[in-house]
Amino acid sequence: MTELTPDMRAKMARQFMQAIPHSHQLAMVLTSLENGSAEIKMPYDKKLVGDPSTGVIHGGAVSALMDSCCGAAVMSHPAAPGGTATIDLRIDYMRAATPGQSLTARAECYHITRSVAFVRATTYDDDLEHPVATATGAFTVEQAGTDGPKL
Amino acid sequence: MSRKQPEPVQIVQQRRDEALEALVEGVPYIQFLGIRFDRRGDELTGVLPFDDKLIGNPILPALHGGVTAAFLEVTAIVVLSWSIAWERMENGHRAVDDWRGGHLPRIPKTIDFTTDYLRTGLPRDAYARARVNRSGRRYASVQVEAWQDNHARPFAQGTGHFVMPKRDG
Repeated sequence: MTELTPDMRAKMARQFMQAIPHSHQLAMVLTSLENGSAEIKMPYDKKLVGDPSTGVIHGGAVSALMDSCCGAAVMSHPAAPGGTATIDLRIDYMRAATPGQSLTARAECYHITRSVAFVRATTYDDDLEHPVATATGAFTVEQAGTDGPKL
Repeated sequence: MSRKQPEPVQIVQQRRDEALEALVEGVPYIQFLGIRFDRRGDELTGVLPFDDKLIGNPILPALHGGVTAAFLEVTAIVVLSWSIAWERMENGHRAVDDWRGGHLPRIPKTIDFTTDYLRTGLPRDAYARARVNRSGRRYASVQVEAWQDNHARPFAQGTGHFVMPKRDG
């Protein structure tokens, strides 16, 4: 197999996100993907505001970002699952994301079995010392060649 | 002494509908996902009409897991806010009059939220109902379930904890 150049990787990452309509809607960009780890950025957008009196982004949009990032981390694991679906995802909201700042989620698939992938993720805004939210989740592991998750 | 006449039904209905509208229509993210709420008395049902932009897996196709989580969380927050507003209205507060004056309703803040994905979210309309299991002065615990064609086969359920907004009078 030929080694992927950084350009090819970046192109694949862009195409991966654009193929997912909802992630594309939220303008998510996959900024890193390797060996069971993923990083996705999501720009601030007024349409994602959950509290109009403060301009803070809705928790649901943070959920969508973390779910995507966790799924990408599972797919990039060297055990190479053919597909994955979320079994459960718990999100802890530490603080409100600062209005106007983009969000970055980092996820790591820290253990994988033949049937389950265990993942944790953290979301930051510009302040890297204080996370906005963390997540832990379990994901299905589909064998390559099946046509998708059968939960 | 004559008994106080009950208010005309349309006045009561209008007040309740306007209160619900204030909770839902002012939130950009709820509008972006296209979620609306049907009301029967104090009971609310969240409705998420299907749209292509909600897709997470175009091959199956299936709803995005984040959309499912967001739908559950939005329903939990609106139902919790609604239960606070309902209590105020029943106690004679004109919550809605304040809201119209530009004082937006204060929204409970999510502490944590867990989503269980029970089945694939199909490319169809989805519905959700929430139950406030505990609503104290500072914290609340809310359970939600969402279904599509068949209420007996939910495709997702969730539990969340919330910090209650400070009471304003």
